[in-house]
Amino acid sequence: MTVLDQTPPSARRREWTPACSYGDMLPERGVAVLVDGRQVAVFRTFDGVLYALDNLDPYSGAYVLSRGIVGTRNGEPTVASPMHKQVFSLVTGVCVDDPDTVVPTYPVRVSDGIVEVSAA
Amino acid sequence: MNENRNAAKGEERAGARRLVVVGYGPTAHRLVETLLDRGFTGAVTVFGEEPRPAYDRVALTSYLDGKTLEDLTYPVPDGVSLRVGERVTAIDRDNREVVTDAGAREPYDLLVLATGSAPFVPPVPGRELPGCFVYRTIDDLDAIRDAADGAVSGVVIGGGLLGLEAADALRGLGLRTHVVEMSPWLMPRQVDEGGGSVLRGQIEALGLGVHTGAGVRSIEAGPDGRVSALVKPDGEAIEAQVVVFSAGIRPRDELARASGLEVGERGGIVVDEGMRTGDEHIYAVGECALAGGMVYGLVGPCFTQAEVAADRILGGTASFEGADMSTKLKLLGVEVAQFGAMSGALDVTYMDPVGGVYKRLFISDDAQTLLGGVCVGDAAPYNTLRPFVGRPLPGAPSDLLFAGAGGGTSADLPDDAQVCSCNNVTKGQITAAIVENGLTDVPGIKKCTRAGTTCGSCLPMLKQILVKSGVDVGKALCEHFPHSRAELFDIISVRGITTFSQLIAEHGTGRGCDICKPAVASILASLGNGHILDGEQAALQDTNDHFLANIQKNGTYSVVPRVPGGEITPDKLIVIGEVARDFGLYTKITGAQRIDLLGARVEQLPAIWRRLVDAGFESGHAYGKALRTVKSCVGSTWCRYGVQDSVGLAIALELRYRGLRSPHKLKSAVSGCARECAEARSKDFGIIATEQGWNLYVAGNGGFKPRHADLLAADLSTEELVRTIDRFLMFYIRTADRLQRTAAWLEGLEGGLDYLRSVIMDDSLGICADLDAQMARHTATYVDEWRAAIEDPDKLRRFVSFVNAPDVPDPSITFETERDQIKPVLIPLEVARR
Ligand code: SRM
Ligand SMILES: Cc1cc2nc3c(=O)[nH]c(=O)nc-3n(C[C@H](O)[C@H](O)[C@H](O)COP(=O)(O)OP(=O)(O)OC[C@H]3O[C@@H](n4cnc5c(N)ncnc54)[C@H](O)[C@@H]3O)c2cc1C
Ligand code: SF4
Ligand code: FES
Repeated sequence: MTVLDQTPPSARRREWTPACSYGDMLPERGVAVLVDGRQVAVFRTFDGVLYALDNLDPYSGAYVLSRGIVGTRNGEPTVASPMHKQVFSLVTGVCVDDPDTVVPTYPVRVSDGIVEVSAA
Repeated sequence: MNENRNAAKGEERAGARRLVVVGYGPTAHRLVETLLDRGFTGAVTVFGEEPRPAYDRVALTSYLDGKTLEDLTYPVPDGVSLRVGERVTAIDRDNREVVTDAGAREPYDLLVLATGSAPFVPPVPGRELPGCFVYRTIDDLDAIRDAADGAVSGVVIGGGLLGLEAADALRGLGLRTHVVEMSPWLMPRQVDEGGGSVLRGQIEALGLGVHTGAGVRSIEAGPDGRVSALVKPDGEAIEAQVVVFSAGIRPRDELARASGLEVGERGGIVVDEGMRTGDEHIYAVGECALAGGMVYGLVGPCFTQAEVAADRILGGTASFEGADMSTKLKLLGVEVAQFGAMSGALDVTYMDPVGGVYKRLFISDDAQTLLGGVCVGDAAPYNTLRPFVGRPLPGAPSDLLFAGAGGGTSADLPDDAQVCSCNNVTKGQITAAIVENGLTDVPGIKKCTRAGTTCGSCLPMLKQILVKSGVDVGKALCEHFPHSRAELFDIISVRGITTFSQLIAEHGTGRGCDICKPAVASILASLGNGHILDGEQAALQDTNDHFLANIQKNGTYSVVPRVPGGEITPDKLIVIGEVARDFGLYTKITGAQRIDLLGARVEQLPAIWRRLVDAGFESGHAYGKALRTVKSCVGSTWCRYGVQDSVGLAIALELRYRGLRSPHKLKSAVSGCARECAEARSKDFGIIATEQGWNLYVAGNGGFKPRHADLLAADLSTEELVRTIDRFLMFYIRTADRLQRTAAWLEGLEGGLDYLRSVIMDDSLGICADLDAQMARHTATYVDEWRAAIEDPDKLRRFVSFVNAPDVPDPSITFETERDQIKPVLIPLEVARR
């Protein structure tokens, strides 16, 4: 990023970082992706949908959310931190048990069979 | 309750009134809180002589060991005008005003006296000396604490409930402590002579001096003018720099007396069943009131009185009809309980002065009805039996003395039985609250019913009732399955289900969570469904099982190779050292006789395992809810006392049960003789060698709630031993709850150890062949999980920090050095949470 770049983020062209092939993603499991030095956790749910959250578990300070158990709470897809089991919505990043805590979510897509994440 | 609410509306008609309360102790607090909760619209003014709002006097002593004033203080209800540090000195009944020591006059339409009681100080010479105290208020405790500083010994005058509590406090302040009691035994109001003598033994064993049947001749001062000794009538002097009077309480009825209200012969403001005095504008509640000829010195009845008075003030018709004076306490670490009557036509007594246990039940002459009981040292019967007072005995009297051994539980109680005596809550009210509000835990019950919020002794009963009424809701594993773990085990094994997807589609809802997935994964593994990372199973595993290692606080993992029985060759030790050195890992000897290598990043794990596997190691399953270790002592091979080869057996057992998945982790140990150096009796199954063979102990636990294992069978041959353990483990795996160790499982198993014996040794359920077959399948299909993972490229691919950069180590993981080894550098949580 340069100081001269005054364009608001929404108007900028999104940068997509390839993660892995979609077929390599296990249903109901996550992977960690390095996007411009930022750690993003990408999950594939049972119905094949992809979600991306920040990999940093705000409760433990460890980058581990990608290693949590994927499931549902009242129908909403979730991941439980492997450290102390706080549960986060994959859709919004909101911690289900403590709605004041939210982890960032990121755009994710499949392009030509490759999972791509954007963290710009 | 609903009737009372309608009654509250009736009061509305009478219009707002000025209510004045004198005294702000627990009773006044309960009164005001109840009134406001129920919508009282008048103005409420409360006068409290103590310089602070009401606090939990029952918990007063905890102020000396760590609780703060804040912890003990009740929240002042909104809308009360509170005047603390202001004493009411007179009641002007003609003008309906109270007069205070600040010279103020406060008019009232209704007046409630809640002035409590004051400690009785017998007229002993010297009682005014500095160093003499009573034990009633925070200020008293502050003064006692100051005086104890520098003092060597103290005496409490009075060996009743409060006296012993005061003695405990003095002891806690580091004083050599004596108790002087007039009666022939301690706590004469709560226990009989037998109980008193057992109690005495226990208290003396703690180092306290107990002087019963003893009065006080005088209290003597030393040269500094402060208390120095207490002299008994026989002339014996007891050294003391602190003297606490706790010789009973007297109702504070002085205001009532002076204003011409009727008081009892031995004190107490006379009230009717609606807690009203002879003056229709004045009520009296709590320890200052004489209701039905009794002054109640326990907080439970006081609270009931407050609620009755509140109801009357609101126009209701509640009445106070006496109260259960049962008590259960722990004094100086000794449990004491008394319920119902302290006499009866028949009684059953158990007395063990050595063990410090005394229990006596009083029974009607036809031996049908329970009248009451006294317990010292083990108050367990209190919880199970108190609600049966006045009702048919729930079992054989001798069994009832040993609660848990066949006696009824509170869940079987009739609805009108009182469960919480402090707050006068019946079982029916609790079950109703559970059903109406869909309660699922004890805090919920506390909130809705107040039960359990005062002394806490009814909490175990609340739990039992919850379990009993929660059968349908409570056993559900989580929101995805309405079944218990044991039921899921049966469904999976009977229907031959092999995947989570099939199970949840047919028997659950949603897609599972961090509770049901690992539980189902464990069941599938116990039933022998291949490697835990095969196919869909991989997605069910907790991170530890998923990476076959234990996650640490910075996101790295630890590696624990199996060292069966703790026996290891020098060469293997060297390999562990080399691996740790080459990968820069932290090493530590664990509490279970093996070595932990910590600080490995996910992508390092396969390479570490490769090195270890090549040297003949395998996974130690430190990460799994599975067999951990079978520890051993050196045994007969080396030890001069050993009678059997404990190391050999430990290794054989560890190899037999390695990899066995279970509801929680399984630990074992084998000791070569009764000296028990391997600590086998703290294990899920522990073996101690005998001259004739092996003694098998089961359901021990270290950890959070230690439990010594029970002897299941003695002098077994090795073959019998192994068969019995096989069945024990498989029966546990089939029937236990999720994350329930064998200790908790056996404690919850109806019929206990005898039942367990009948099932696995006498085959009373006819399932032993099945259990044996399941174990045979396990031993035949065991494979090392590490080796299987490194030999399978598909599984290996998961061991990377980043899918898009497999060679990049996680940059967030860094270390510093401590005592020559690595130590994680953690991201400060403020930064993590931004
Ligand atoms: C490494 C070790 C401590 C050490 O440095 O000595 C250890 C470490 C952990 N113990 Fe332990 N326990 C270790 C021996 C013990 C022992 C002693 C023993 O086994 O003889 C006990 C008491 C005995 C017992 O279990 O009855 C013990 C009782 C616990 C408990 C309490 C269990 C209970 O029933 O109350 C937990 C918590 C739990 O499992 O829910 C626990 C949990 C843990 C966890 C898994 C906590 C966690 O989730 O991070 C720790 C991580 C293990 C790891 O490797 O990262 N650990 N833990 C020991 C590993 C032994 C091994 O070689 O496998
Ligand atoms: C150490 C200790 C341990 C106890 N343990 C237990 C137990 O385990 N279980 C149990 O059931 N009970 C226990 N009790 C008894 C329990 O504390 C009392 O039953 C309860 O406090 C009675 O409440 P009350 O509001 O009626 O009286 P109090 O608590 O005495 O409150 C009365 C208040 O009124 C004030 N007051 C009096 N006169 C005036 C006036 N003229 N003007 C203004 N204010 C005035 C007093 O200063 C006092 O603050 C214990 C008591 C003590 C001291
Ligand atoms: S005692 Fe606690 S901190 Fe220590 S290893 Fe065990 S679980 Fe961890
Ligand atoms: S019996 Fe004291 S809180 Fe329930």
